Amino acid sequence: MLLNTLFIALRSIRRNLLRSFLTILGIVIGVAAVITMVTLGNGATQAVQTKIASLGSNLLMVRPGQRQGPGGAGGGSVPSFKEADAEAILTQIGGVAAVAPEGRSSVTVIANGRNWATTVTGSSNAWFQTGNWTLAAGRQFTDDEQVSGAAVCVIGETVRRELYGGAVGANGMGEQLRIKQFSCTVIGILASKGQAGMGNDQDDTVLVPLHTLQRRVTGNRIVATLLVAMQNGSDSAPIKAALTQLLRERRKLGDADDDNFNVLDTQQLAEALSGTTQVMTALLGAVAAVSLLVGGIGIMNIMLVSVTERTREIGLRLAIGALEREVLLQFLIEAVVLSALGGVAGIIIATAASILLASAMGIPYLFDPAINLLSLAFSAGIGVLFGYFPARRAAQLDPIEALRHE
Amino acid sequence: MSATQRPAGTPLIRLNAVTKVYGTGQAELLALKGIDLSINAGEFVAIMGPSGSGKSTAMNILGCLDTPTAGQYLFHGAHVEALTRDQRARLRRRYLGFVFQGFNLLARTSAQENVELPLLYRGDSAEVRRAAASRALASVGLTGWEAHTPAELSGGQQQRVAIARAIVTQPAVLLADEPTGNLDSQRSQEIMELLQDLNVEHGITVLMVTHEPDMAAYARRLVHFVDGHIASDEANANPTRPLAATAGSC
Repeated sequence: MLLNTLFIALRSIRRNLLRSFLTILGIVIGVAAVITMVTLGNGATQAVQTKIASLGSNLLMVRPGQRQGPGGAGGGSVPSFKEADAEAILTQIGGVAAVAPEGRSSVTVIANGRNWATTVTGSSNAWFQTGNWTLAAGRQFTDDEQVSGAAVCVIGETVRRELYGGAVGANGMGEQLRIKQFSCTVIGILASKGQAGMGNDQDDTVLVPLHTLQRRVTGNRIVATLLVAMQNGSDSAPIKAALTQLLRERRKLGDADDDNFNVLDTQQLAEALSGTTQVMTALLGAVAAVSLLVGGIGIMNIMLVSVTERTREIGLRLAIGALEREVLLQFLIEAVVLSALGGVAGIIIATAASILLASAMGIPYLFDPAINLLSLAFSAGIGVLFGYFPARRAAQLDPIEALRHE
Repeated sequence: MSATQRPAGTPLIRLNAVTKVYGTGQAELLALKGIDLSINAGEFVAIMGPSGSGKSTAMNILGCLDTPTAGQYLFHGAHVEALTRDQRARLRRRYLGFVFQGFNLLARTSAQENVELPLLYRGDSAEVRRAAASRALASVGLTGWEAHTPAELSGGQQQRVAIARAIVTQPAVLLADEPTGNLDSQRSQEIMELLQDLNVEHGITVLMVTHEPDMAAYARRLVHFVDGHIASDEANANPTRPLAATAGSC
């Protein structure tokens, strides 16, 4: 009986192609919208998390000035850090793996007759550790180079590509690179971290020893940022407290004075940012869920429009000897098949759209089985609700009443 | 045909004091007020009467589409009034064929598939269905029209398809409710001749509701309903165009 009824149901779908198509359409659009929105939202969350992770895990970023806000950082009266602060933190606070003093300047670098606007970063070898950087080629700075401020540099993949061309990591080693008025030798190339999303390219940088930056580029002794990498598994709260205490002493702040620096914990930052994108994802999902609901109402309309014809059909089937449950099963199968077809088509469209949009937006495509299953189940539910229950009402009529339905 | 093999004298259909009440309280309507009726296998009965006389109600009860409020309905010796919905559906499937005033063919569905429909519910195989449907369509003169949908057929042809659908299961009884109500007089005559053929040549018992005396004149027995009673029940000794029938062209 099941096989037979399945046959009857499929035949009925094939016979009413327009009605079937319109029924499916609502489901397709709804399912595709929900899955695409949620998938892109997840991708954006992932992109944010990747970006934060690539900053370095367990990283504290210490900057001069009050907590950032309107008119926050900067202010001429706030003293910057000194190189010695980094040394002090490393030796006096437990659980710290590395400390890199960092200064930055935006410059145009020239090599090979090509110009490239980038950021030159001055720091120590600890910078590789704090930023989770590895070298694709070459070496780190020697102690001599660091102390003397030698004219050497390590370049990121983007800078290398723009100035020297060729395949990844191919050219550039040992070449000369002009930064402002001085030339430096490329002694290393950073392994690419790739596009971190949101248009922020971490590979677009030139690293020189801190002294080199201070003497030859900025002309001052400012250390703008202290990057403090904590040992794996260490708790950030006590380290942060000890760090704050140490810096207050070194900066000679009285008990009544506010901190004139701030400590940013990348873990907290990560949580805050991914929390935000998760809210965005939920919001997008909610908007898309409305479209799924509208799709469901569309299905309901189609079903109700065809209810007269269908009621008479049910009456006829009952009159010529179909059992009530056979008729119900037929309509149930029709509804489920249509909804499932719509759901599957929606998933296919959503997958294609998600992959396209994700690559256009520079975020990763993440397949989320839960949302796919959920949408499919919901569409099947809608189909059954609106396809089956009107039919059930009709099948419970006396056949003769159903036949006379106007 | 099992219906014709029954011993003589035992009616195929028997109604004993059947009443039917619609609605309750103030809106209560007594549609049948105690009907007694016996119909033997092989009869061709026309049920006549004005609107509201109870003839359609009687037809629905005879067709096992509806159950009496009180009284007995014996079909083949079985008490129909005691059967469940599903049992009545199986009985319709096995013994009854229906022809309606409005044809009630499935839209956008070929004549062949429309005729196969009752066999589908009996679970017959595709080959059996195809052969039986072709035979039924041939016996109503529609060979060559199998692939046409109702929209591509005239009213008379649609009713022929409906008749083919009714007889494809080789039923004992064919119930026709105003089968010519939607047709012009020429098509009506053709349909009536077809019903007569089925009755005479295939031995199918035909029960037909009509309010047109011209159509009733094709039957061999006329039952008049008035106001929920049977007013008269008489043989028609001289039916229109008797016996020597050949199906007319469409």
